[in-house]
Amino acid sequence: MSNKPGGVIGWVDSRLPVIEFWEAHLSKYYAPKNFNFFYFFGSLALLVLVLQIVTGIFLTMHYKPDAELAFASVEFIMRDVEWGWLIRYMHSTGASAFFVVVYLHMLRGLMYGSFKEPRELIWIFGMLIYVCLMAEAFMGYLLPWGQMSYWGAQVIVNLFGTVPIVGDELALWIRGDYVVSDATLNRFFALHVIAVPIVLLGLVVAHIAALHTVGSNNPDGVEIKKNKGPDGIPVDGIPFHPYYTVKDVVGVVVFLFIFALVVFFAPEMGGYFLEHANFEPANPLATPEHIAPVWYFTPFYTVLRAIPDPFMGVVAMGAAVMILFFLPWIDKNKVRSIRYRSFLYKVNLAVFLVAFVWLGYLGVQPVTPMASQMALRLSEIYFLFFIILGIYSTQRSVGYYLGWFVALTAIITVYDFARNNEDIASLTWSTWIIPVAYMFVTLALAAFTNLDQDKEVPERVTA
Amino acid sequence: MSEHVVDTGRRKMLTVSASAVGAVGAAVVLVPFLSSMSPSAEALAAGAPVEVDISKLEPGQMIQVEWRRKPVWIVNRTDRMLDTLLDITPKLRDPNSDNLEMQPEVMRNETRSLRPDVLVLVGLCTHLGCSPTYRPEIAPADLGPEWEGGFYCPCHGSRFDISGRVYKNVPANANLEVPPYKFLDENVLVVGELDEGQKGAV
Repeated sequence: MSNKPGGVIGWVDSRLPVIEFWEAHLSKYYAPKNFNFFYFFGSLALLVLVLQIVTGIFLTMHYKPDAELAFASVEFIMRDVEWGWLIRYMHSTGASAFFVVVYLHMLRGLMYGSFKEPRELIWIFGMLIYVCLMAEAFMGYLLPWGQMSYWGAQVIVNLFGTVPIVGDELALWIRGDYVVSDATLNRFFALHVIAVPIVLLGLVVAHIAALHTVGSNNPDGVEIKKNKGPDGIPVDGIPFHPYYTVKDVVGVVVFLFIFALVVFFAPEMGGYFLEHANFEPANPLATPEHIAPVWYFTPFYTVLRAIPDPFMGVVAMGAAVMILFFLPWIDKNKVRSIRYRSFLYKVNLAVFLVAFVWLGYLGVQPVTPMASQMALRLSEIYFLFFIILGIYSTQRSVGYYLGWFVALTAIITVYDFARNNEDIASLTWSTWIIPVAYMFVTLALAAFTNLDQDKEVPERVTA
Repeated sequence: MSEHVVDTGRRKMLTVSASAVGAVGAAVVLVPFLSSMSPSAEALAAGAPVEVDISKLEPGQMIQVEWRRKPVWIVNRTDRMLDTLLDITPKLRDPNSDNLEMQPEVMRNETRSLRPDVLVLVGLCTHLGCSPTYRPEIAPADLGPEWEGGFYCPCHGSRFDISGRVYKNVPANANLEVPPYKFLDENVLVVGELDEGQKGAV
């Protein structure tokens, strides 16, 4: 190369490939020119990660991971440490913000088919990040040692206890004691501040490295690398820096504006970010009247509660998370973006989103017979969504659609007969219509109309 | 330069065997780390029996004591409460306490207790370990007209009767645990120990 830079940069660059790195990942990383609103959330997730690490480091300077001292040390941070309240509220709000951003980031992937070939590994690394985040959030929530911390941990650790044969030993090993205790708090602290963050950072590097190998998807789902100019640069690509770094700065400003509003004016968010019961020290002898997980776990928590058998409930909850890993092999439709997918695909996705939010809502509500029926029905829709997504991988014959409709309806009906009893009979059969109507729309309509027809995908990205 | 032939088969054998030995070593090193997370000797030793004076316990009243850092409930059951035990058996999953792990053999009877009036239970739900609420009242608005008094878990809605026996169609699938206990005299009981002669039947 003739244009090697001199000076300090040149000195460094001949020993460490900083310029190569800068070019590969920023100034000569060509991203599609048509990114929209939904493309803010990747960089925002990175921002929140940094925010959590920085605020976390400063919290550990004052926090004491000891069952006798933990609760008081958090109050000490809130009252006596200079600006401690701000650092703690940034950390607690950051946890919820992380999930807001990550859920929107995942929705983007779902809508635009960003998980599809050749981006399967990006999706899998992303899912691993999501699972790590859930573990990180769960263990972090124990640290203030409030009532909700304590009983939340008690319930979640006991989930492992429902595993046949080894369950009790496993739960004992996780807690390090017969009940959630000082031993549990101490190890959760270690995992929360060291182990999981290191894994998380490694996964983020893998996620971005995989992304920069295959290139970004876009709202049209068109592969920009298929259309390169004479210089070998995608015609519809623009350098990430400065174009998208500047765009992301706008996102950061708006995000921080909202973030600051929450931190300063509603850090507890009406009990959804910091639950009221958690302002009471952990009491191993009394469960709070109403216990619910923090909002970002509630959809999966409702799936757990929907199934009467404890172990099967845990299996269903685990499956609800795990099934997302398989998305690239479930939805094999060649059309990536929702823009060019069929009307019924959009209906299917919309119903799924409603079901997911509704499941989340039920997770913070007390258990009533009606609520548990709805929890079951919405859980059924949650899983049916993926089956129907798989069926929509291509246009099917009338018989194929109807065959699935009959088979799935039969499974649900048989399960209803198996679980039914006279106390809940009217609820069972009146809510039976919910999954069946959903399948009628997504499968029977697909059989008899052309609403299952995908649209023509353009050659190049639009706008 | 001397004639040098690479014996790839030998090389491969050495690589594979060295890796295998290394893998075994790495697996063995996991043992101390994973074992360090098991309950410590201190945690295992905790759990001395607890003496409770029940002379002040009014009929229908419940008191709670701590044993092995778990809540233990002691209820002075009224005759009215005991009368409900037979009527509701069809609604229960395990009315005869057939799950032998949930009570010492000597308490495996109609009232799941040594004395019908005194109920002793570990106050943790057999579903996921929340502590249920004592709800002795009959047919309260939130629990429905069929409620005959018992324990209700606010976490996931499990229901238990006034002997801690679990209802059908709730998340919990076992009766509440009856801990080992014995009476020192009419008014003092010891939680955590069976009477001599009843041991070995746990």
